[in-house]
Amino acid sequence: MSAEVQESGNKKGGKGKQKKMTVRVDFTPMVDMNMLLITFFMLCTSLSKPQTMEISMPSNDKDITEEQQTKVKASQAITLLLGSEDKLYYYEGEPDYKDYSSLKQTTYKPDGLRALLLKRNREAVLKVNDLKQQKLNLKISADEYNKQVAEIKNGKDTPVVIIKATDESTYKNLIDALDEMQICNIGKYVIVDIVDADKFLLKNFETQGGLSKDIAEQ
Amino acid sequence: MGRAKIKKKSTFIDMTAMSDVTVLLLTFFMLTSTFVKKEPVEVTTPASVSEIKIPETNILQILIDPSGKVFMSLDKQSDLRATLEGVGKEYGVTFTPEQIKKFMLSATFGVPIKSMKTYLDLPTDKQDAVLKNEGIPCDSVDNQFKAWVRNARAVNADLRIAIKADQSTPYSIIKIVMASLQDLRENRYNLITSLRTTSEN
Repeated sequence: MSAEVQESGNKKGGKGKQKKMTVRVDFTPMVDMNMLLITFFMLCTSLSKPQTMEISMPSNDKDITEEQQTKVKASQAITLLLGSEDKLYYYEGEPDYKDYSSLKQTTYKPDGLRALLLKRNREAVLKVNDLKQQKLNLKISADEYNKQVAEIKNGKDTPVVIIKATDESTYKNLIDALDEMQICNIGKYVIVDIVDADKFLLKNFETQGGLSKDIAEQ
Repeated sequence: MGRAKIKKKSTFIDMTAMSDVTVLLLTFFMLTSTFVKKEPVEVTTPASVSEIKIPETNILQILIDPSGKVFMSLDKQSDLRATLEGVGKEYGVTFTPEQIKKFMLSATFGVPIKSMKTYLDLPTDKQDAVLKNEGIPCDSVDNQFKAWVRNARAVNADLRIAIKADQSTPYSIIKIVMASLQDLRENRYNLITSLRTTSEN
C-alpha cells in the first residue's frame, strides 16, 4: 500500500527482534475535504460561456452627407415589421399604402421568415453552402472561407433587410429576426426605428384596409 | 479444543487512489472555473444560433430586466473605481475611500447617482435588496446611463459593450438603450444570447 511507510528498526542493538514499524496515513478526511471543495467549485462555476451576437448599428451622426448614405434599391429591400404578440409582418420593396394586402403576415418559424429569406437569397445561400462543403473537405482554409463568405454576403444582388420593431415587440423577437439573418446568410441588414407610415400599414392591415378606405372616401 | 482461528482482517481501505482522483478533479475545476457573477435580477437570454463566445476581459455588461431596469457591470476593479470617480465628478458627488472600496467590490451596480452614497453606506446584504428595485435612469430627461458608459469608455478604450437583456423585455426599452449607445457613437456592440441548436434548413 502506498499509504504505508515501512520503517526498519535499529539494527545496532543486537538484542531484540528487528522491529518493523508501519506508519499508515488515513486519507479519508483528505478525500472528504476534497469532495467538499469539488462540490463547491462545481456549484459556483459557469462552465458554458454565453454566446454573443455582434451587431453594428448605423451611426446617427447628423453630418453624414446624402452621398455617403447608401440608398437601397426598392427591388432588393425587404422590410420586416415586428409586431406585438410575436406577430411578424413584411413587405417587399415599396409598400402600397392604398392596398392593405401589400403587407403580408408571416411567422418566426422556419417555414415563415426563413423560407421567405432563403427564397430571396437563394444564390448566396447556395454559394455559401458550397463553400462550407469545401471547407469541410479541407479544400480551403478557414480564413479563405470567411473572406469569401463575406464577399458573397455583400454581393450586389443580395437582398437588404430592414428590421423595424414596434414598441410592443419583445427583445426575443429582435434576436429571432437577427438570427434568421445569420441563418440565411444575409449580410446587409439594418435595425431602424419604426415610422408613422409603417404604423399606418400595420393598423391598415389589422382593419383589413379600413384606414385606406377612409382616406379614399374623404 | 482445536478451534479454527479466525484471522482478524483490518477494514482499512486505502484512500490514496481516491485522494489522487479528487485532487485531480479539484485542480481541473479550479483552473477552468470562472465564477458566476451575482446579478441583482434574473434574466433569461433569448436563444440564437450564433456561436461566437464572449471575451472574458474588458467587458462592460449592460443588464436589462423585463421591467426595464438597467444595471451595469465592469470586470476590472481599477476601471470601476475610475468610472465611479468620473461619474461622481460629473454629477458633483464625491465619495469617501470606504465608499469607493465598497463600490469596487460590488459585482453589479445600478442605482441613481444621487442615492449612490447612501446605497454604498448600507451593509452588503441590504444592498442586494435595495439594488433589485433600483436601476440606472436612462430616460431622456436624466440619462445617467450615458454618463456611465462615457466614463467607462474614457477609462478603458478597449472596452467591449455587451447587452444582456431578458427575452421578454419590450423593444421600447431596448430602443432607449440602443439609442443612448448610438448617441455616444458606440455603434458596435454585442448581444448576449444562449445557444440554440437548429438545423440550417
